[in-house]
Amino acid sequence: MSTTTATLDSNALHGDTGTALRFITCGSVDDGKSTLIGRLLVDSKTVLQDQLAGVQRGGETDLALLTDGLSAEREQGITIDVAYRYFSTAKRKFIIGDAPGHEQYTRNMVTAASAADAAVVLVDATKLAWAAEVEDGTVVKRELLPQTRRHTLLTHLLRVQSIVFAVNKLDAIDDAALAFERISTALNAFAEAAGVQVAAIVPISALKGWNVATRHADWVGYEGPSLLELLEELPVTVQDEAVPFAFPVQWVEKFSSSSDTSQGRRVFWGRVASGHVEPGQRVTVLPSNQTATVAQVLSHTRQPKAVHAGHSAGIVLDREVDVSRGDWLLAPEAFEPVREITATVAWLDDEPLVAGRVYWALQGHRWVKAKVARIVDRVNITTLESEPTAQLEANSIGDVVLALQQPLAVLPFTQSRALGSLVLVDTATHKTAAAVLVQPAAAKA
Amino acid sequence: MNARTEAELLQPSMHSPAHLSNTHLDALEEETIFILREVAAAFERPTLLFSGGKDSLVLLKCAEKAFGVGRIPYPLLMIDTGHNFPEVTAYRDQRAKELGAELIVRSVEDSMARGTVRLAHPGESRNAHQSVTLLEAIEEFRFEALIGGARRDEEKARAKERIFSHRDSFGQWQPKDQRPELWTLFNTRLAPGEHFRVFPISNWTELDVWQYIEREHVGLPSIYYTHKREVVERRGLLVPVTELTPPRDGETVQVRDVRFRTVGDITTTCPVESLAADAGDVVLETLSVDVSERGATRMDDMTSEASMEKRKKDGYF
Repeated sequence: MSTTTATLDSNALHGDTGTALRFITCGSVDDGKSTLIGRLLVDSKTVLQDQLAGVQRGGETDLALLTDGLSAEREQGITIDVAYRYFSTAKRKFIIGDAPGHEQYTRNMVTAASAADAAVVLVDATKLAWAAEVEDGTVVKRELLPQTRRHTLLTHLLRVQSIVFAVNKLDAIDDAALAFERISTALNAFAEAAGVQVAAIVPISALKGWNVATRHADWVGYEGPSLLELLEELPVTVQDEAVPFAFPVQWVEKFSSSSDTSQGRRVFWGRVASGHVEPGQRVTVLPSNQTATVAQVLSHTRQPKAVHAGHSAGIVLDREVDVSRGDWLLAPEAFEPVREITATVAWLDDEPLVAGRVYWALQGHRWVKAKVARIVDRVNITTLESEPTAQLEANSIGDVVLALQQPLAVLPFTQSRALGSLVLVDTATHKTAAAVLVQPAAAKA
Repeated sequence: MNARTEAELLQPSMHSPAHLSNTHLDALEEETIFILREVAAAFERPTLLFSGGKDSLVLLKCAEKAFGVGRIPYPLLMIDTGHNFPEVTAYRDQRAKELGAELIVRSVEDSMARGTVRLAHPGESRNAHQSVTLLEAIEEFRFEALIGGARRDEEKARAKERIFSHRDSFGQWQPKDQRPELWTLFNTRLAPGEHFRVFPISNWTELDVWQYIEREHVGLPSIYYTHKREVVERRGLLVPVTELTPPRDGETVQVRDVRFRTVGDITTTCPVESLAADAGDVVLETLSVDVSERGATRMDDMTSEASMEKRKKDGYF
């Protein structure tokens, strides 16, 4: 790990495990996500007596009921929206987002993934045709389920730092070792084709608790750590390095008196998107293009100090310049604001995205109108091929070109999460319609 | 259940340091302050719901750090059931005064006088009826955002909440149709008559709250710590003996050392047996409890699996 200021700052504050790990559980419906979380909570002694009493059904404990909190979910036995759960081991604190498996609720899974350091993708071994090599003379292709692919792809696109596959329900299979081997091969092949880095593949039984919190010795030839041991060691999301200073202005604090630390000036509050900020630094204001020098920097609790990427700061400039919420303070000449961006879009609204329509776009705290100039293509979830399309339906992923009403400073999402991410909002319904990930400007063939 | 505090639980050496390290509190505090400032910036008419309970006091501590004393840019709003513990009401008023914050109080009893709230019987809990009074206050002041101290670890329906939780013009939560919430790009757009409930301490657990109270020396109403109180045992809960909750036939009144884990309407809130005299003691007790905060203390949540969800759909916080 290179010793950039951002890394130094966060690690000085917290050892690697001093910070809670936010992870999601995702994958296809009924692959055992809620049961897995129930198992983690029970085995880490997080579930309390009254909660356990609430999930007794006919004398049996149904672990999945621990996480399904809505009456419609209980009624239908499905997960509609993300349930957030909290637990700790002796080593670390965890925040889990239990994401729904149904394609219809992909938007809720994306919500959970956007805040996650890691993803556990569950794969139900009993649902895959791994047994036969050849049927009726034709070679059986061991296809993963579409939602396994979609969720893996989305977590990868959203730059979730670690992706772990947990192959579940192997306890229900006679030749579990062979099943695990073949499913691992299929997962690795898919990940390689999609450019996804896999942190680990762990065989588990969420129902029996095998390899979840504790290792299940001599099973399916796996000798690695249990899922929980693995999670205890996974890194939290590392701040994007080597990106110049950028700061979206969240809130402008005005002082009428000059008795306070700001000497009667205005303080621009926000979260440093990239780089760091300290007194003496020159900044350019987007969109006014004026420049000024940083006179003072406050931490999130109003203490004077230099502030690094990922942390909130209050910035006082040395002279009166026009700055309001939504503006950006940028390192001078480091960015080339653009009026057009090419981006990968995860479409989340029930109304399809159509070329020519205007949406609200939000980057940092800046709202601009964005028109869909054209739809480049859509990803076929099964083949990973790009295909032409006239619109993007709910839960699809595709590339689009957006024409912006005002220029924005952007970087590819792969380089900067903060400068490379936007959301689209439907102007009529105000619904959040898409996650937008800026691509390098090079036009795609 | 609710066993008396074991003396050895109050020995810090009993617990692993990972549980008791509090660097993670910095991250939680920073997230909370970021959200508090977002509300100040994004809405013309926000308010912070303030009950005088521990979660809203932690929220206020974060607001004090975010804005400075006397500079919190929104009024505080209290929906008063008329059934509050006097220690809590007194502390609420004192704290608002210390912070130089405007405190708006709207009471369920006024709604009853107007006829917008009707009780099934005089002794009925007024907790669920707060929703009516709250929605009336929202209409009166045209609030667009109400900040509340709800936490996701409190209850099943709460676990599903967004941080910026959209409410339609009837104040209803639509759990099956929540807006996506991506990164910290909060979509704060509203149609007229709609509003948001905002939960800046969503990701704090009960333990986090107590560790923060200890670290930051957050003052609380005295009933959060051990005191002697007349109670009766009822269905596994310790029910405080008050004018509103007299003992029933055949119940024996006892004096016990208790503290409140959560403070709400007198008619629905029960204390737990405890000798914890300060926040540090409570932290250690919280590490060793085997019953959740609401399970040990709330009579109204036990009525049905979905009672919180139902109340939230009706506009409850």
